[in-house]
Amino acid sequence: MPDLLLELFSEEIPARMQRRAAEDLKKLVTDALVERGFLYEGAKAFATPRRLALHVAGLPMKGQDVREERKGPRVGSPDAAIQGFLKGAGLASIEQAKIESDPKKGEFYVAIIEKPGRSTPDVLAEILPGIVKNFPWPKSMRWGAASREPGSLRWVRPLHSIVCTFGPETEDPEVVRFDVDGIGSGDVTKGHRFLAPDEIRVKRFDDYAPALERAKVVIDTDRRKDMILHDAKDLAFAQGLELVEDEGLLEEVAGLVEWPVVLMGSFDEAFLDIPPEVIRTTIRANQKCFVLRDPATGKLANKFLLTSNLIASDGGKTIVGGNERVVRARLSDANFFWKTDQQVKLEDRLEKLKSIVFHEKLGTQYKRVERIAALAKEVAPIVGADPELAERAARLAKADLVTEMVGEFPELQGLMGRYYATLQGEHASVAAAIEEHYKPLGPSDRVPTDPASVAVALADKIDTLVGFWAIDEKPTGSKDPYALRRAALGVIRLVLENNLRIGLQQVLAQGMASVSGKVMMNRIIQTAEMRLQFEDALEEAGSEISKIAAVVERYSELKSTDEKGAIRNQVTNELRTNLQDLLSFFADRLKVYLRDQGARHDLIDAVFALEGQDDLLMIVRRVDALGSFLDTEDGRNLLAGYRRAANILRIEEKKDGRDYNEAPDLQIVNDQGLIEEKALAVVLHQAREEAAAAIEAEDFEGAMRALSRLRQPVDAFFDKVTVNAEDPALRANRLRLLNSIREATRTVADFSRIEG
Amino acid sequence: MTSEPAHMNPARSFQGLILTLQRYWAEQGCVILQPYDMEMGAGTFHPATTLRALGPKSWRAAYVQPSRRPKDGRYGENPNRAQHYYQFQVILKPNPPNLQELYLGSLKAIGIDTSLHDIRFVEDDWESPTLGAWGLGWECWCDGMEVSQFTYFQQVAGFECSPVAGELTYGLERLAMYLQGVESMYDLNFNGLDGVEKVTYGDIFLQAEQEYSRHNFEHADTEMLFRHFRDAEAACRKYLEAGEPKPDANDQRHLMALPAYDQCIKASHMFNLLDARGVISVTERQSYILRVRELAKACGAAWLKTEGGGVAA
Repeated sequence: MPDLLLELFSEEIPARMQRRAAEDLKKLVTDALVERGFLYEGAKAFATPRRLALHVAGLPMKGQDVREERKGPRVGSPDAAIQGFLKGAGLASIEQAKIESDPKKGEFYVAIIEKPGRSTPDVLAEILPGIVKNFPWPKSMRWGAASREPGSLRWVRPLHSIVCTFGPETEDPEVVRFDVDGIGSGDVTKGHRFLAPDEIRVKRFDDYAPALERAKVVIDTDRRKDMILHDAKDLAFAQGLELVEDEGLLEEVAGLVEWPVVLMGSFDEAFLDIPPEVIRTTIRANQKCFVLRDPATGKLANKFLLTSNLIASDGGKTIVGGNERVVRARLSDANFFWKTDQQVKLEDRLEKLKSIVFHEKLGTQYKRVERIAALAKEVAPIVGADPELAERAARLAKADLVTEMVGEFPELQGLMGRYYATLQGEHASVAAAIEEHYKPLGPSDRVPTDPASVAVALADKIDTLVGFWAIDEKPTGSKDPYALRRAALGVIRLVLENNLRIGLQQVLAQGMASVSGKVMMNRIIQTAEMRLQFEDALEEAGSEISKIAAVVERYSELKSTDEKGAIRNQVTNELRTNLQDLLSFFADRLKVYLRDQGARHDLIDAVFALEGQDDLLMIVRRVDALGSFLDTEDGRNLLAGYRRAANILRIEEKKDGRDYNEAPDLQIVNDQGLIEEKALAVVLHQAREEAAAAIEAEDFEGAMRALSRLRQPVDAFFDKVTVNAEDPALRANRLRLLNSIREATRTVADFSRIEG
Repeated sequence: MTSEPAHMNPARSFQGLILTLQRYWAEQGCVILQPYDMEMGAGTFHPATTLRALGPKSWRAAYVQPSRRPKDGRYGENPNRAQHYYQFQVILKPNPPNLQELYLGSLKAIGIDTSLHDIRFVEDDWESPTLGAWGLGWECWCDGMEVSQFTYFQQVAGFECSPVAGELTYGLERLAMYLQGVESMYDLNFNGLDGVEKVTYGDIFLQAEQEYSRHNFEHADTEMLFRHFRDAEAACRKYLEAGEPKPDANDQRHLMALPAYDQCIKASHMFNLLDARGVISVTERQSYILRVRELAKACGAAWLKTEGGGVAA
């Protein structure tokens, strides 16, 4: 079966775009072929800095012939109808049409239209220019003389040539001829820019790949990665060292070379006094080199590995020398930052945070630090942290943002703060919290456990969430520019994985109070002096919504009492709505989190449907207990009994146009009830009280156990008792009994939300 | 070919490096211009790049441009960073198809042998918020060191480049440090001579770096700078208006694009000085950048109405 070879040869494609582009190319070409009925056996795409290549194997020589029958007008129809039919079906005269008949329509014409399958190269030549022209590069450009005209070809960097051949293995394939904005396809490519710059004529993929390999181009990114990794490990091993592996860097480096040559360089040992993370970051970020460690001590070695794109005539001596120079200069800079940063204490840097805007509407980092420190202090006792330590850590947590080192390497934020805090003699928990308060950064990141870290981490995330909620910058769909989902997940993991008991509503309200009032201030107060007074009053008001609203009313510079009253209502409503909205955002994130842990989403819903569920840990424990209970026979039967009761109630309540929410009259039960009815009433009362007591004691298993006692009497009740009794009073009372079953289950969850 | 005296060798003479690059790009058909006679942050600000990149006319030029970045001053104490340094700038419009090869040829001309050195084109998209300009390209690496910027201009002064120009910028000090094998720019041999006749980069510029760092960070008269910024902004607008063709005139060319653009350059430098003095807050900063960009855009629009911008006389 014939193969397609396609190569798009250009100037250097950014490393980060190559893999995706290769996949896009494969998908676009194969989808377009399949859409036109051309199936294939296999396809693989490749990328190097200078080319995207695609091999599609096992394509047919031509498409399938298509035979189509088209029904026409009745025999003897007016000439206009006949002519229209002939034209539509592409027939020359009516003699070419068949005549068929059916009982309803009588005799009519049928045209047989036979379309021979088109040759594959023709179809390719038709498909490919469009794919090249509309290629989904994240960023593309125009170039050269062609860019004088509007609508000229765009590519990631100038596109130079196209190879496109098609044909079976046994014959010489043909060049699929097409033209994209003046670039004609052919069968000529080029090898490595410096090692084999000459033109290479290729036939098909089977000779293309080896020909390029001879011309010092490895087209497969994964193979280049293997080569680099293998050589890097060998070189490290030879020196008794170990490679510090870095998948992201490896992928990037593999996208910067067509022929990888790994070389080792070294730097002055004195630089090893700089923190290892800094050395690694500077060498990685600026030089795209790997670092090495001593396997015995785990410490960094004064060596690095670079990946060049050249088999140099001096064995790489010049290249290593050049890279060492740059690494030396970079490490000198880093060393300079490291030393100068230590000369200013972290607390003395806070003033500078006043000039860093966190968000236009949420003020400076300085203000943010004040809020986080206050909140961390509040939260500290709940998480078992020393309030003073938590506050201190929060105060210093952002100070490293204005150090030279973090200015140069933003990814070292937190870590540098920890180093500098330790050096200036801060408490170990404070230093740790400075680093860890950003954590967890994602679902797989480590969750801090030191109470001070937990307090600051919670305060940082909650301040972010309430802040963006206050200015109405919530995540929508796939857009979450401030990573608020991640922040909420962070709070959830911090709480659950540390087994913390936190009333979320209370904590969120606290955070919201400090940020919302101030956001509102911008709307209502103009003079700076008033603002200061307002802020003080706001601080005193604490987190109670009504008090905040009162402060806003008092200070708003609105004239009439009507307007003032209106602003008070507005503030109250906004704060309440925001709080509820944020709580339900947390509920959603918790659901996602628990679902990922394998919990049933309906059980989560069943628990959330109860009032006032804002203690994450208790929610999770309840969901767990409910899940286990429903896995038992008692649980399943009780659920069935509940449903039966709920169904009857729904029907009867609808019929009667009223509900039966009152407690059953025990007198009626005793006087007129059957024995099963009496038994149920007794057990219901007991089970409900026991379940409620168990819930009070946070013993969810106990609550489920209490409910499980209902199963037998409920079953017996339905077995023997007719709910719709003749006597209306007896009937009503039985319905109330059913309602009691419903109510009893609500002590643990809303059973109506349970599925299956 | 006449063999050049040893002290002209770009590997040992800073001026030799400049002369070699000038000769090379002159051979490629560039006009060799002299530095623009105004303070600017980068060679891109030179009207030979910013304005000539706009409009349909072909254009090839190369020049050295002293670049002033007041904030980068380090009192002469940092071996790699200074508030005044040289850029060698090349602009070719439209970019020829073999611009990468031409660039590599220039490296060869200054003694960088591509069989010994690892040359790489590493993604680096360029954007100048003050000029309302952006382009795609690379930083060019030689043995892990960035030696040039290579950009295909897509937009300048808010206008699409049609055709696209290719721009090359060589950081001369850094390149020379590599060629000469010295660790500090102040140790660069400027004239390539030895002994008493040798003049170093430090001999010429160290004192200036110290004095200008003091000026930029401590003493520059901010009141005056604010005033000059406002004046330049107003003058730019005034000249643009004065040069604007009258609606009923036969000649619809703009008559004052270049003088107006000078004031835009000036405003930009005033802003850089104020920024270095730390008197512009974060929020104001953005608005100053926008104000300069508005001037640049207006000048670009005016230029497109001139002969240089492609309007027939």
